[in-house]
Order: sequence, then structure tokens, then C-alpha cells
Amino acid sequence: MTYLAKSPWIIHYDASSCNGCDIEILACLTPMYDVERFGIINTGNPKHADIFVVTGSINEANREVIQNIYNQMPDPKVVVAVGICACSGGVFRECYNVAGGIDKLIPVDVYVPGCAARPESIIDGIVTALGILEEKRTKNVHSPQVTDNGRAEHPKRHAKGGAE
Amino acid sequence: MTKQITVPFGPQHPVLPEPLHLDLVLEDEKVVDVIPTIGYVHRGLEKLVEKREYTEYVFIAERICGICSFIHSQTYVQGIEQIMGLEIPERAEYLRTIWGEYSRLHSHLLWLGLFADSMGFESVFMNAWRLREHILDDLESTTGGRVIQGVCKVGGVRKDVAPEKLDEMLKGLKNLEHELNELNNVFLFDQSMKHRLKGIGKLSSEDAYQLGAVGPTARGSGLAIDIRETGYGAFGKINFRPVVEHGGDSYARCAVRAKEMFTSIDIIEQCIKKIPDGPVDMKVTGAPDGEYFSRTEQPRGEVIHYIKGNGKKNLVRHRVRTPTFTNIPPLVTLLKGCELADVPVIVLSIDPCIGCAER
Repeated sequence: MTYLAKSPWIIHYDASSCNGCDIEILACLTPMYDVERFGIINTGNPKHADIFVVTGSINEANREVIQNIYNQMPDPKVVVAVGICACSGGVFRECYNVAGGIDKLIPVDVYVPGCAARPESIIDGIVTALGILEEKRTKNVHSPQVTDNGRAEHPKRHAKGGAE
Repeated sequence: MTKQITVPFGPQHPVLPEPLHLDLVLEDEKVVDVIPTIGYVHRGLEKLVEKREYTEYVFIAERICGICSFIHSQTYVQGIEQIMGLEIPERAEYLRTIWGEYSRLHSHLLWLGLFADSMGFESVFMNAWRLREHILDDLESTTGGRVIQGVCKVGGVRKDVAPEKLDEMLKGLKNLEHELNELNNVFLFDQSMKHRLKGIGKLSSEDAYQLGAVGPTARGSGLAIDIRETGYGAFGKINFRPVVEHGGDSYARCAVRAKEMFTSIDIIEQCIKKIPDGPVDMKVTGAPDGEYFSRTEQPRGEVIHYIKGNGKKNLVRHRVRTPTFTNIPPLVTLLKGCELADVPVIVLSIDPCIGCAER
């Protein structure tokens, strides 16, 4: 991709991250990395956003929030899972309140590795997401409404050895 | 009586990079009650001690929070070393102190940026984070990690720093001090800043004491509580005084953090001048048997790690009391009686770190 046709806006949500990836996402917006020069802005409103950036993994308190944000975003939309916790649960995958990566709840398009993910790899992930976003736009892809039907059976999806 | 309405604040909110949920009960524009809800980033990592060996668990302890990461690992290994009666090399103690103060600098600059952003002072946000990159560069070149360092281990530290690098760091700090001065002059003496901060969110020193405030929140209300004075690490050999302000309002808490950055620079400079030669780690055998309360001063206040072992490779219990958790009752008091528009400023004035608070 050599140029951007649109200015993609991102929305960031900290699922159950340790902050490490979150502050690196914010670092991307500041003068050293400065993604704002590409027209990328961090917005707080899901209805304004094109790219959903999630850090950390799913737990019982935040699954509804993630779902709400995803469902409220207009099409086309892309989900970027930043950091190993968002990809698979990372070092916390065996904790009793961690159900696993974001892809257990919403469809994920780009996985960014790292603990904590470096700003360079986050930017790389976002740029990959831009390509997918353009593709979805031209093909007029409709994203599914996510409903948490896994909630009823959630105890089985948790790692063994949790709080009894 | 005016009709009361409840407005939710968070968990996903533009001024909060992390999820904290507050139910604000309003009468017109005035906040009359606040009901906090936490638990959005709870992982339950304390229970992982049963699955990880005590030496491996350092990495998990470090990931309690990505901002105070180094100090969490330092507190944890300090506790283990106390239980096992280890005397770690002096150079390691100094290096830990230096990296701890670098973490404090990067955390305070991060806070300064977010705080300025919460009141719409975008250029201070950008400049604070630009300065923060210098700190992160030094952290990365000495430890290998930007925000998660992974350099602490039971019995010392993993990496040594060459004397030439230490000199370079000194030069970098001199430049930083100069730039920080300029930034602070803009931030602390700006007329509209003062207007928005002075008298907003007042916490008396009695309230701060009664409600268990720690760190800059307590020091902004005139309580000289600073665990660094107990002399852990190399702090016993360093001259410094905790920064105390008596205003008790948001402005006083800002001033404490702003001045603390200079104290941190001073501490690092003293450490670099006094650091002895020698090894940076030692061989550790056996496993901890006993219990210990390990306390250190984080950027946000006092953190306590309770560690209990029974002579096996896995600990029996690990419990953390983090500064933000104890600062939530003062926060609720601060918010009562304020205007709705001041809520983001007051919330950020205690520098909440939810990743720590919920673990």
C-alpha cells in the first residue's frame, strides 16, 4: 500500500491488559512515532471508529463491554488484537479469570505479537489492518452481530484450577 | 429537592486508557455520590504462584502492571531475598534503585501527559510523551525492554551497565532536567491551569490519613509518607527528602509529581556517582521458607507484597496491596461535591492505575 485513501480512526479498549501494551499504543500517537500524520486518530466513540484495537484477554466483567463496542461500530470494521494476552492469553492464560484471546468472542483480523508489543509492531499491525479495511470496503463485507452465546457454558472455557 | 440522576462514567471512556467504572449520582451539575465498580481487568494472577516456581514468578509479578513493572518485580524479589536471608551484591542494589527511579520518571511523565490531555492541553501531552521517550530509550538500552524490563531476578539483576553508559545517562538527565523545567513552568504557572486546578478536589490531611491515602495523593495533603525513607535498595545511602505540598487540592498533587521528577533525577545522579564495582548477581539455591511483607514506594504510592513460602519451589501465598486500590476511597471523597465537568481532572489527579489495582 503506498497511500491512504481515508483517515482511519481507531478505538482502543483495555480488556484485561497489564497496561504495558496500552501505553505503547498511546506512545504511537505521540511525537516519536506520530501516527496522527497518517490521519489515524484515537477516538472514544465506537460509532466513529473504523479499527478496534484491543489489548488484554477476555474475562467475565469485560466480555459484554467488548461485544457492545464491536456491535456498535459501523461497517466496514477491523479488529486488531495487540499483545500476546489479546492473541492467546499470554502469561495469564492459566489464571482463573482469563478466558483466553479476544478471538473467542469477536472475529480478529490482525494479531500483533509481543509482551509488551513494541510501537513499531503495533504500527505495522494497524497498517496491515488498513489493507484489510480497504478490501472489506470494496467488497462491501457485512460483519456479524456478536452475541455471547458462550456465556452460559463459560465455566468449561476457563483454565483448570481456578477459584472454586 | 432537585431530582437525582445517575450518570455512568466508564468503563470505556475517552480520558481513561484503562477501564474504571464510576456511577455518578448528580443533582443538576453537582456530584452528590459516587459508586465505584472495579474488576474489569482482574486476572487473578496471585493464584498463579501455585503453578509457577518462585524464580519464574518474577515475570508474572512484573506484569501486574506495565507502568510500575520494574518496581513490582523489585518488591517481589526483595521479599524473597529477605525470607531466604540473601545479601545481594551492592552494585545490584544501586542498579535496582537507578532503574526504579527511571520508572518513576517515565510514570510521572506519562501521567503528566494524560492529565494535560484530560483538560484539553494537547501540547503538554505531546511534549511530556516526547520527553518520556528519552527515558524509555535509556531503559531499553540498559535493560532490553521499554516498558516491561524483565531484568530483576532473585539474587540480583540480569544485566550490568558499563561505566561509559552510566556517564551517557548522566548527560541525558542533565538535558532532561532542563527541558522538564521549561515544561513545568508552562504547566504549573499557567493561569488557566491554576484556575482549573486550585481548590478543585480538596482532601484534608485528616481525611487523607483516615482514608489511607498513599503516595503523591497523601503527600499533596501534607502527609510526609514515603517508603523510600525506610532505606530499601540503595536509598539508605542516598540523600533525599520527600516532596510535600500542603494545598490538598488537584494543584498540590500535580506539584508533588512535578517536583518529584527532579528528586528522581537527583537520586539517579547520586547513585551513578556512588555505584561500586563488583558482581551484579549471586547464586541462589533452596527455596523460601517463611513469610514477609515487602514494601516499596511506587510512582503512585506504597505497594506491599505479602509472600509466604513453605520451603518448596512454589509459594503458598502471594498477595499484593497496590497504591491505586487504597487511593480509591480518597477518590470517592474527592469527587463528592464537585462539578460534573471536573470529574475527569479529579480522577486523573490521583493517577489511577487500574492494572495494578485489580491484578
